[in-house]
Amino acid sequence: MVFDRSERPRLPRAIKILVAGGFGAGKTTMVGAVSETRPLRTEEILTDRSVGVDDLSSVEAKRTTTVAMDFGRITLNDEYVLYLFGTPGQERFWFVWDELAEGALGAVILADTRRLADCFPSVDYFERRGTPFVVAVNCFEGAPSYDLPEVRLALQLNPSIPIVMCDARKRDSSREVLITLVKHSARLRAEPVG
Amino acid sequence: MSATDGPTDEHWIDPEIIRPYVVTRGRTAPTRGRFDLISMALAIGPPPGPDAGLDPEHLSILRLCREPKSVAEIAAHLNLPAGTIRVLLGDLFDRELVSAQEPQSEVDMHDVKMYRAVLDGLRSL
Ligand SMILES: Nc1nc2c(ncn2[C@@H]2O[C@H](COP(=O)(O)OP(=O)(O)O)[C@@H](O)[C@H]2O)c(=O)[nH]1
Ligand SMILES: [Mg+2]
Repeated sequence: MVFDRSERPRLPRAIKILVAGGFGAGKTTMVGAVSETRPLRTEEILTDRSVGVDDLSSVEAKRTTTVAMDFGRITLNDEYVLYLFGTPGQERFWFVWDELAEGALGAVILADTRRLADCFPSVDYFERRGTPFVVAVNCFEGAPSYDLPEVRLALQLNPSIPIVMCDARKRDSSREVLITLVKHSARLRAEPVG
Repeated sequence: MSATDGPTDEHWIDPEIIRPYVVTRGRTAPTRGRFDLISMALAIGPPPGPDAGLDPEHLSILRLCREPKSVAEIAAHLNLPAGTIRVLLGDLFDRELVSAQEPQSEVDMHDVKMYRAVLDGLRSL
């Protein structure tokens, strides 16, 4: 095979969607439910400087932290590949969030009704950043059951933000959440798609 | 210190933390490099010979990228931090051994065609 430099091979264009929420809310489960392979894991090494500690007078300041992200791939067609990233939902990792949110199609925030407050930082973050997001209420057995308007109220969600029930373990259910997000994001940034 | 001295608590450094720096010969990964986590890379051109001065990690990336792969996927398969992969991918890009997306060629979030493609793809899962 002869390669001509002027004839660059076509690379698919990559799209990303973030799956955020508190610890144990079902992020990795959702990524795995819709991806073509089991979730992969990548790590970013952060120095204390990047997590906001700036005390250079001590050797301790050179300590590093690693942040693990789970992700999965969905090959959409020859032209587009979709990546889903399960992001650590802690404020001190804002450094990682900023990179992930840059250029993202949008975010799913998983709300666990046993620990609803855990998703406040994610809601705040995506609101401030202007990243389109939807809230998916993950239904765990034995968890207090709220109806969607109650969760909306508790999270002080703007009426325009979609909120849906889901079971992150089920492919169909997780896929519906993603479809809700894609439609919401298209409405905000392009034009409605059906 | 003699060669038989084991690491003391004070000098002990986790090899998992060191490996990325060894692989890149100390070149630190830029916080915002040329490639982001979803930049795609594809190996191009004939496989480099042993005189190309590449490290085993470079060759692993080339093998992996016979099909298009993202920085995140390469990092996961090679068990190295994404920042390290960016540095190595930069070496391969400079030698024209990979074709890669640079952040400028980001997907346009106002492109309705993109949203339709994602919807269709999700529906056919
Ligand atoms: N009942 C129920 N369990 C779930 C659901 N989603 C996740 N889980 C379970 O909750 C646990 C934590 O999920 P995981 O995806 O690891 O959470 P993460 O920390 O957000 O990544 C796992 O044992 C999952 O099997 C769900 O929708 N319903
Ligand atoms: Mg997880």
